Amino acid sequence: MAFLASLLNALPGAAAQGLVWGIMAIGVYITFRVLDVADLTVDGSIATGGAVAVMLIRGGMNCWLALLCAFVSGLLAGLVTGLFHTKCGIPAILAGILTQLALYSVNLRIMGGKANQPVGVDKYHLAVSQRYVRDLSLENPLPLLLVATVIVVVALYWFFGTERGCSVRATGANANMARAQGINTNANIVLGLMLSNGLVALSGGLLAQFQGAADVGMGRGAIVIGLAAVIISEVTFGKIFRNFGLKMFAVSLGAVIYYFVLQVVLQLGLNTNDLKLVSALIVAIFLSVPYWKGKVAHKKGGPRHA
Amino acid sequence: MLELKNISKTFFPGTVHEKTALDNLSLTLNEGDFVTVIGGNGAGKSTMLNAIAGTFAVDSGSIIIDGKDVTRLPEYKRATLLGRVFQDPMMGTAPTMQIQENLALAARRGKHRGLKWGITPQEEKDYYQRLKELDLGLEDRMKAKVGLLSGGQRQALTLLMAALQKPKLLLLDEHTAALDPRTAAKVLELSDKIVEENHLTTMMITHNMKDAIAHGNRLIMMDAGHVVLDISGEEKKKLTVPDLLTLFSKASGTEANDDKLLLS
Repeated sequence: MAFLASLLNALPGAAAQGLVWGIMAIGVYITFRVLDVADLTVDGSIATGGAVAVMLIRGGMNCWLALLCAFVSGLLAGLVTGLFHTKCGIPAILAGILTQLALYSVNLRIMGGKANQPVGVDKYHLAVSQRYVRDLSLENPLPLLLVATVIVVVALYWFFGTERGCSVRATGANANMARAQGINTNANIVLGLMLSNGLVALSGGLLAQFQGAADVGMGRGAIVIGLAAVIISEVTFGKIFRNFGLKMFAVSLGAVIYYFVLQVVLQLGLNTNDLKLVSALIVAIFLSVPYWKGKVAHKKGGPRHA
Repeated sequence: MLELKNISKTFFPGTVHEKTALDNLSLTLNEGDFVTVIGGNGAGKSTMLNAIAGTFAVDSGSIIIDGKDVTRLPEYKRATLLGRVFQDPMMGTAPTMQIQENLALAARRGKHRGLKWGITPQEEKDYYQRLKELDLGLEDRMKAKVGLLSGGQRQALTLLMAALQKPKLLLLDEHTAALDPRTAAKVLELSDKIVEENHLTTMMITHNMKDAIAHGNRLIMMDAGHVVLDISGEEKKKLTVPDLLTLFSKASGTEANDDKLLLS
């Protein structure tokens, strides 16, 4: 009973974390599924977003404006990876790793050489804070995060329905076809990487406010969480959600499920130091499910060998 | 309409894999020409089409389409002037996008792609009619993903897409080779129809000598990276497959090898 009670107690926090990371996961969805590019910039750009937002708020900027700046910092990070990839011919994965590595130094610079910069909710007005996650008040971050997620999904749904957005989708679906139809695939890859990392950094800005600090290491393993959310959403909702907008929303739900699972595991007695191990295992399991399912179906459907 | 001036292309220069694919190739197409292209494997047929489309840059020479020198233009910019259908049915369409979305993408070839909605209701009506004319039942599946279509349906759709924005030049790269004979015949028939209705200047690579003779107003044969035979008009109409084989052996200076031409 005590186990259940403490689990229930932890759920609002997990849901909020999931929604914050969900925005990042939608960014990962854009590169991983729409553009068909594995972008590892994410681990760096999420911390960049956090650092930019926190430092600007500490400097007296409005928290919403600071989030906008975090978004722009992510656009720039994506631009760098995009140019490495398209203009310098560096494979996408490596281009992302290079930017991610470089961002570590950049992030330390932004944070004034410190590995951690706090932004207390008592001292500053913040958009979201985990302190109020169980409060029944306007300060509660859950409704706000839900609205933010819906806005992001609607905006992306609109964009990917436009002429330009369609051409980005075509670039990911079949680059050969896209070029044959006069689409500048390189420009679209850069655009997609920018958009993706913009969202990732926005999520970083929210995360830093939520937990009350920006940390230079806050992005470590972020790409794994993003991929986890994408894959969990596909395994769980793949058959129900066909619409593009719903698919993106499902990615956010995927992140929430991820944090629920994580919470359960923590309640079972593992500590936070084990989180990365648990994260990796969760992703491995959800990645394996479709594969195993396929194998079982094959055995059932296929001819039987005596 | 198309002018190739002494274009050459060598792949992997300076290595053991060095291969001269195009060797000082020159060719001029007049407006309305429908040229069929034949030749053995490695003769440079596909390389020529890809050079025109800009898949790679040529080493030397120049490529002029409709009076415009496109030699240095990237592939996506040349696409404005070209319609293309590939040998692999997977290559010409976006599988995860709807039939009508694919058409809408093609309708905007060469146009600015802005923040207007990607497909208008007017277009949908237009595409319905055009798909209906294909007579493949695709008009009732306009929101289906192209990945669900058969190879023949995809090639038909790609053809339609190639002609939506009337191209200066239509490039058909063995676009029926991956299809079964009946579907191939149907797609070929459709190609003829689209070329005729839109008065398109066309180049069609084929491995089938009969098709090469039966279609178009001009036939060229390639060998070792250049044109060795160029037949048009009345002379082409009277051509037979044995004629072609004899001509080939004369032109290339080797014994014509039926297998090489017919079966490769």
